[in-house]
Amino acid sequence: MPRNIIDVVDLTVEEIDELIATAEDIIQNPAKYQEACRHRQLATLFFEPSTRTRLSFESAMLALGGSVLGFSEANSSSTAKGETVGDTVHTVSCYADIIAMRHPKEGAPYAAAQFSEAPIINAGDGGHNHPTQTLTDLLTIHREKGRLNGFTVGFCGDLKFGRTVHSLVNALSRYDGIRFVLVSPAELKLPRYVKEEALKKRNLPYVQTTDLDSVMPELDLLYMTRVQKERFFNEEDYLRLKDSYILTPEKLERAKADLSILHPLPRVNEIAVAVDKDPRAAYWKQVKNGKFIRMALILKLLDIHV
Amino acid sequence: MNIDSIQNGVVLDHIQAGKSMDIYKYLHLDRLDCSVAIIKNVRSGRMGKKDIIKIDTPLELDLDVLGYIDANITVNVIRDGVRVEKTHLELPQKLVNIIRCKNPRCITVAEPQLDAVFLLGDPARHTYRCAYCDTAKDRKR
Repeated sequence: MPRNIIDVVDLTVEEIDELIATAEDIIQNPAKYQEACRHRQLATLFFEPSTRTRLSFESAMLALGGSVLGFSEANSSSTAKGETVGDTVHTVSCYADIIAMRHPKEGAPYAAAQFSEAPIINAGDGGHNHPTQTLTDLLTIHREKGRLNGFTVGFCGDLKFGRTVHSLVNALSRYDGIRFVLVSPAELKLPRYVKEEALKKRNLPYVQTTDLDSVMPELDLLYMTRVQKERFFNEEDYLRLKDSYILTPEKLERAKADLSILHPLPRVNEIAVAVDKDPRAAYWKQVKNGKFIRMALILKLLDIHV
Repeated sequence: MNIDSIQNGVVLDHIQAGKSMDIYKYLHLDRLDCSVAIIKNVRSGRMGKKDIIKIDTPLELDLDVLGYIDANITVNVIRDGVRVEKTHLELPQKLVNIIRCKNPRCITVAEPQLDAVFLLGDPARHTYRCAYCDTAKDRKR
């Protein structure tokens, strides 16, 4: 059975530390890795649009000397003819050594893994999970703070459908001394199962609020998210909630000097462009880090040691 | 009210009162050709009242289904009029094709030919979680 990454908790804390160490080494010594995946193929199966995730996977494999194949929308695959996820993935696993897949339906990568001969990496399944974004976030936090423990982290925006939030809350709950501040409109609170599994079960401190300004001075990390139009069945609800939180330079005046601001991107209105110039903005570094951590993950799942 | 003892078959005892029809449905007992007795609201010292089902033929039961519906049920196997086996149930760790996910965003809703798999999340609350999308489903009470 190939090793799959469907949820970030499929990796132990030690394995995540290992991946971060490999990514750091790749950043320092890129030439050492440029032939590591020669003659290996990555398939990127994107049943839903993506810029960063798909391109960072492809860029990661190319930087490792491998090649890529795949599709970037469901309409250009046999899904349009009614093929099941299992059959599509079974087919592709005959051609590729490893598969990164994004799908709008929750649990599609779990289903795919039952039919695949190659390792499956979940590159986002609906509003559910997005483990490689979480690895990107963890690498970024590690690079910004020098550690993955002992801080107060604020999550702001759509915590209900924000799959990156669910994965990161789960991942951070395994480290010591982290306090969680959950900022969202009442309709977009963190799902009960995430709170129960990640926070309550481990007796971790958390607060829920609708007011970002009041908690801003407490935060060491601020994870902003977009209210995602594609997750709403009702456009009226989306329009009502989409601009609930907009981060501006003025709002950051009360924040700590060493705050790090993360965002999985794309953004719409939730971070004013003027914030990009603030040295506390780490989201563009996050984009770069996404490639390095995915390189480390591909090496791990293909069991390639450099 | 008298129901004859069975010679070879299964007696499901200590069913929570009112749940026997659920069990009849989940175990597809309607498909059996033998006698099946559903006895409702029997007086019970321990439970106040309970239901009992007597099935007058030897058969393999899906204990996961039974454990999911009511883990307090006892399963008695009868041979030649004598009880030869008594099993106390527990909440199954995994349910396969017993309940379906109701999350409209779940892949098992879009592709119903997939096995519906649920894993025991919180035993205290009898909560099961869809293995695909994590949606929780509390045990039907």
